[in-house]
Amino acid sequence: MTAQSGVKLSLRGVEKSFGQNHVCRGIDLDVADGEMVCLIGASGSGKSTLLRCINLLEPIDDGAIFLDGIDIAEPGYDPQPVRERIGIVFQSYNLFPHMTAEENVMLAPMRVRGRSKAELAEPVVALFERFGLPEHRYHYPDQLSGGQQQRVAIIRALAMEPEIMLFDEITSALDPELVGEVLDVLRQLHRDGMTMILATHEMGFARELANKVCFLDAGRILEEGAPDDVFSAPQQERTKAFLSRVL
Amino acid sequence: MADTGLRSGASPAATTRATPTRRAAYEARMKRRSVTIAVTSTLAVLVAFVLLVPFAPGWEAVQRSFFNGQVFARTFPGLLNAFLQNVMIFAWCAPIIAILGLAIALCRDVRAPILFPLRMFGALYTDVFRGVPVILVIYLIGFGVPGLGLPRPWNSPYIWGSLALVLVYAAYVAEVFRSGIESIHESQRAAAASLGLSDQDAMRFVVLPQAIRNVMPANMNLFIALQKDVALLSFIGPVEIFRQAGVYKSLFANFTPYVGAALIFLAITIPATRYADYLLHRQTRRRT
Repeated sequence: MTAQSGVKLSLRGVEKSFGQNHVCRGIDLDVADGEMVCLIGASGSGKSTLLRCINLLEPIDDGAIFLDGIDIAEPGYDPQPVRERIGIVFQSYNLFPHMTAEENVMLAPMRVRGRSKAELAEPVVALFERFGLPEHRYHYPDQLSGGQQQRVAIIRALAMEPEIMLFDEITSALDPELVGEVLDVLRQLHRDGMTMILATHEMGFARELANKVCFLDAGRILEEGAPDDVFSAPQQERTKAFLSRVL
Repeated sequence: MADTGLRSGASPAATTRATPTRRAAYEARMKRRSVTIAVTSTLAVLVAFVLLVPFAPGWEAVQRSFFNGQVFARTFPGLLNAFLQNVMIFAWCAPIIAILGLAIALCRDVRAPILFPLRMFGALYTDVFRGVPVILVIYLIGFGVPGLGLPRPWNSPYIWGSLALVLVYAAYVAEVFRSGIESIHESQRAAAASLGLSDQDAMRFVVLPQAIRNVMPANMNLFIALQKDVALLSFIGPVEIFRQAGVYKSLFANFTPYVGAALIFLAITIPATRYADYLLHRQTRRRT
């Protein structure tokens, strides 16, 4: 828990196919406690699928995923307790449209952890305040802007007090002027020491904050390293080609 | 100079109410025109109808036997009273249908292998009861079960007739609920699962509330159909409005009571249908 350098999550030879489509081709990745890892790469390179595999939303075909040294991808391992420890935020927010922002946030802690509404009131208000949405607790998702919805989705995941947070291109569906407010939330989380893995197209953000950047290409991690190395001196031709397209 | 030109160009838009824009004036003119045309054509059809129908050779006889004011006045209160039976039968069938329909829809969604029989039962049930005419089920159950010689309250056609309606309509309602459940995007279940919610909780708190709301208009239509099909129970005994109209018909040797019964049904079903349409309309508008 406390060891800064301790490996929190570790992927070994992760394979995933959808029919003929081989999406992850033997992915190895280590994420240390409190680290922010950014996955970059073209659409379809396997970033989203990899995140969904880590959260056990998709079962992997082969390989292992160690969380605190325990293989959570072992066939037959109960995924539910793992998902409580690993939160994920999606590109399309996926808020529950029939619930207010606060109900969205409280549902899982109430049902999964058995907390009462009264118990949760204070920490949930604190979360909404911390991420700049105190007056939006009683709004329904369709009354919120995209950036606000995405921040509610982040609060919803945080309310389960996860040890790792996964972010799947969470700013890609946002209008450009709303991207900043969501990135600010990520900055804040990183400062607070949250272990995070991001699939992102925000290269500037990745360069500024990531501890490690991984370039995915056709289901493999082609290159990984400190952001300055990957962005300024990419070793692989494909990395260079990709960066020259997006930067 | 260019600056002032822009300003003066913008000012008419701000004062739309005083002087309508050319577009607004054009649209108002077109609207007046189409209203005039619609009213004129409707009136023309009505006038033709009223003037021409009495020329039909049998009009006098039809008027006497179907639109007889005297018979109408004497039978209408009795019909209304008999309609209470329909309302009652509807009132106890509807909630049971809603609950059973939902239960069967959920049966069809279970994924655990041990519950496969439940899933098969759900599929079989909807296939069978959607495949047989309502009146046949009413006959089979309404005449068949009391034929077992059950004691007094249990041989009532009210019970077995209602059961027949419940069985058939629950199958339709189940299919509507199932389509509603399937209409909820997989990402909602994924979001629920990612928070550690169980499949059952995801269904109960995330999928079902949305699904039920989405299929509200479709279910409204089914319940309007049910309200009408309650009249089919008359074939196995209960003296509801259709049967009562038949009694009056024989008594007065006149068909007007049937027209009265039809009017009573319409008084219920037209507002209900309009309301269902309104719900549907509001829903499609919200989605776009």
